[in-house]
Amino acid sequence: MNKGNLLALVLAAATVVLVAVGTVWPVKAAVFYAGGGKEGLLRPSSTPEEAVENLGTQIRLLAWEKAYESLSNKAEFTEPEFLHDLTGYALSLRTYATLDSFEVQPLHQSATDAEMRMKLRWSTVVGTFQDTRDLRVVKSGDHWAVDWPLVKEQHVPPQVIPVNYLRWDVIYRGAGDDWGSQDVEAPHVRIIDMHPVNRAEGVVVMGELLNEDVVPAFVSVRATLLAKNGSPLASEGSFDMISHTLLPKQVTPFVIRFPDVDLSQVGSIRMQPLSVLVSASADPVIEVQDQKFNPAPGASLTGQLSNQSGQVVNIAHVLSTFYDKNGQLVWVGGQYIDRALQPQTPVAFHIAIPEDLAKKITNQRTVVATYSSGSSL
Amino acid sequence: MLIGLALAAVSMAPAQSVHMSLPPSVTAGSAFSIPTAGSGKAVLYIVGQGQAIRRDVQMGEATMFPAGALYNAGEYLAILVNGASTESAGFYVSPAPQPETLGFLAKPSRLPVGIRGGISGAVYVFDTYHNLITTPLPVSLELANASGTMQSHTITTRNGVAWTTMDSAAKEGPAKFVARIAGVSSTRVIDQVPGDPCGLTITARPNNGKVTVQTAPVHDCSGNPIPDGTIVTFTETYNDQQSTVDVPIKQGIARVDMPAYPGAKISVASGVVAGNEIRWGGGK
Repeated sequence: MNKGNLLALVLAAATVVLVAVGTVWPVKAAVFYAGGGKEGLLRPSSTPEEAVENLGTQIRLLAWEKAYESLSNKAEFTEPEFLHDLTGYALSLRTYATLDSFEVQPLHQSATDAEMRMKLRWSTVVGTFQDTRDLRVVKSGDHWAVDWPLVKEQHVPPQVIPVNYLRWDVIYRGAGDDWGSQDVEAPHVRIIDMHPVNRAEGVVVMGELLNEDVVPAFVSVRATLLAKNGSPLASEGSFDMISHTLLPKQVTPFVIRFPDVDLSQVGSIRMQPLSVLVSASADPVIEVQDQKFNPAPGASLTGQLSNQSGQVVNIAHVLSTFYDKNGQLVWVGGQYIDRALQPQTPVAFHIAIPEDLAKKITNQRTVVATYSSGSSL
Repeated sequence: MLIGLALAAVSMAPAQSVHMSLPPSVTAGSAFSIPTAGSGKAVLYIVGQGQAIRRDVQMGEATMFPAGALYNAGEYLAILVNGASTESAGFYVSPAPQPETLGFLAKPSRLPVGIRGGISGAVYVFDTYHNLITTPLPVSLELANASGTMQSHTITTRNGVAWTTMDSAAKEGPAKFVARIAGVSSTRVIDQVPGDPCGLTITARPNNGKVTVQTAPVHDCSGNPIPDGTIVTFTETYNDQQSTVDVPIKQGIARVDMPAYPGAKISVASGVVAGNEIRWGGGK
């Protein structure tokens, strides 16, 4: 028998052994994802940690009924209220989020109750967000149960809010028009600020774009890094780190990331702002209240968003531009808000700032890009 | 295939004398004839700009081509084939002298007021058959504003094209840009829009525990009202905190309710234009 046949025989035997082991002693999570029962994933809630971990596992498995039934204070709210607390009352990023992982930290424990911190990391189409809940866990007989701190969303009373903000509609050039007739002019936009920085993850090109026209624009920015000999190194777009719909005279920051590129390699940068005339509405108006710059350690910008319009904003993206004392751009950060913005109801935001840049920051400017279900933009 | 046959016929060596008299120039779309000399029957091919014609001809007679037979301006090749004998010659079909349509490119369709040379118009003059008329012709270009003022230039076409630039007016509104030649005209509309806001000012007054901040009617430096929907940014700074809100202009002004903090500084800006700053004195 030659070496090749021997190797094949060994691999086949190992495969058979591993399949047999996996069948006889399966991993619990594998059993569940293969369509088996999920009871094996849960342990008896004999300690506060186990009670919280079981709750987290049930939330992760979307077993809402069992999660609700396990709570000690379920009489205080209904199962739909518990579900809405986790997935949002209105369509939002939470609606289609899945619990990626969770972490449990004990804060305090006595013989009959305990305080635990639960960090829930949710996955969404725009990245992950963390939801931290401080839970009270109480002993009930021989097991522990979680006292869920339900966050009730405020609702404005039924009313009519008259909205008469401007709306722009566009009629484009048609097939029947003669070849000389001009189409509607694309909006005139201008990059008013641009600043590249070198970070550990690569080059970050930041800047601000102004719609200097009198019509709304759908905008994006593309940057091409050129080597010192003029050859292109990389080309990237701003993707979602920009407020794509710009009303007349509105300014948006933008961020373009070039991973694995060092600024020392770059000779020049070619910027290409793009704009398209689109139908848009001047509604909704979002006020960014109580913005507070928190210096290092844990540098951040915190504040609240207040939807001053009558419609629910399903997804809000906060973008902040940070400047130094000379008004030079230092950093651009952003955060998606995981809950819908109800009319007249403030929602908090928190934008982390790199520690090394935080000490340069003296001022900031914040804009909010919004998406509302049912509106054109 | 007809062109191939014609070219194949040209490549054959002449063995018998044929003769045709071509007109020095033919006007596109007009009737013309090609007289021939000799006897017997022959075939006449005319090949040119997107057209190929085949005619059986009686030598010694003129072959008539009715109006509209050749309508594309440019160089043509006439080939007369009589048995093994071939004669070929070129002739030119020129555009009709009478303009029928204008191709009028006016750029941009929208621009701010008071831009010198900001509007350009290029006119292409065509005959009935869409041939570019290359002989010099005077074209009148007029830009009439809604206020009644008018700029007018008369330009002579060169190689079929005439172009000029005009200034946008100081007053906003649509302007009619008309190109005219020999009874034919083409109109474009240029939207002249206000420029950047000028002299942006705000006032504030208390309103149920909040402060209502509003701009004076917002105009550009020529006095044109800034259109509704234009974003005005209000910024309130207080106790190391800040509130900002982007508000669209509505009915000529922008207005917002902001938190009322005594001593807060409230400023206003629109695009890259900053306005005044006020200090909220708690009811004053």
